[in-house]
Amino acid sequence: MIDPPYPLFYTFNFYLFGVIALASSLAFVTRKSPIAAALWLVNTMFALAALYVMLDAHFIAAIQVLVYAGAIMVVFLFVIMLLNLGHPSEVADVRGKWGKAAAAVLGVILLAQIAVMSGSRVRPEWILPRGEMDRLLAEKGAIGVVADPLFTNYLLAFELTSVLLLIAIVGAVTLGRRSDVAAEATTGESVSAG
Amino acid sequence: MLAEALALSAALFTIGVVGVLIRRNAIIIFMCVELMLNAVNLSFVALSRYYGADGQVFVFFVMTVAAAEAAVGLAIIISIFRHRKTVNLQNINLLRG
Repeated sequence: MIDPPYPLFYTFNFYLFGVIALASSLAFVTRKSPIAAALWLVNTMFALAALYVMLDAHFIAAIQVLVYAGAIMVVFLFVIMLLNLGHPSEVADVRGKWGKAAAAVLGVILLAQIAVMSGSRVRPEWILPRGEMDRLLAEKGAIGVVADPLFTNYLLAFELTSVLLLIAIVGAVTLGRRSDVAAEATTGESVSAG
Repeated sequence: MLAEALALSAALFTIGVVGVLIRRNAIIIFMCVELMLNAVNLSFVALSRYYGADGQVFVFFVMTVAAAEAAVGLAIIISIFRHRKTVNLQNINLLRG
């Protein structure tokens, strides 16, 4: 990212992708069909990836497109297809009057809290010196900037992540199994008639 | 651009919360949670510009947790759908007394 004052081109693109992200997320929560909602969410994620690039997080932007928009959303679409939920359901999906009122009140409270918090100031010694991040990016490259702390300061957390993923795999396989198969496995009987 | 990015992040998070509250489809509620995680990621990335690259490492971990959560959560939804033939949360009231 360029230090202020920002060029017009940069500011324009930043606002453009911000508005795209905001509009797609609004479309996402208001669509009735789950497929349309999922595709609007993918659009939001692409706009966010563009914002990451503009904020100098190139590697995170690539991961956002590959993992979030690619892998996770494909799993969502796959489940929607598997459960045959592609059509808007006959039952009213959106909650009634009281649910909407509660959501509106909570949303306003949340925004007010964030507005109050935005008035707070951080300690100046926490802020990197001007141009420090540019120097790091030029020295290590976009991936090195992330990889360096990941494999030194956060190595333990990184290794624990693999345990988390293993548990998630085991949990997903156990939950996703059909119940008759699971019953056979617990009683220890082998399948005799196929 | 830090203030704009944080404001966008706050707006996206609020949209996610409102989505969780007004929808009844379990899969859409689940996607709203993903939207909230994305909003948090945006503020991490925006702040990492000023406070060092550690924020980007946290985004990495958040994405890992989101992937694990999506796998387990969708397995739970499939398993509920097998029993109740619906993903509408109004009909899933097993814990109600």
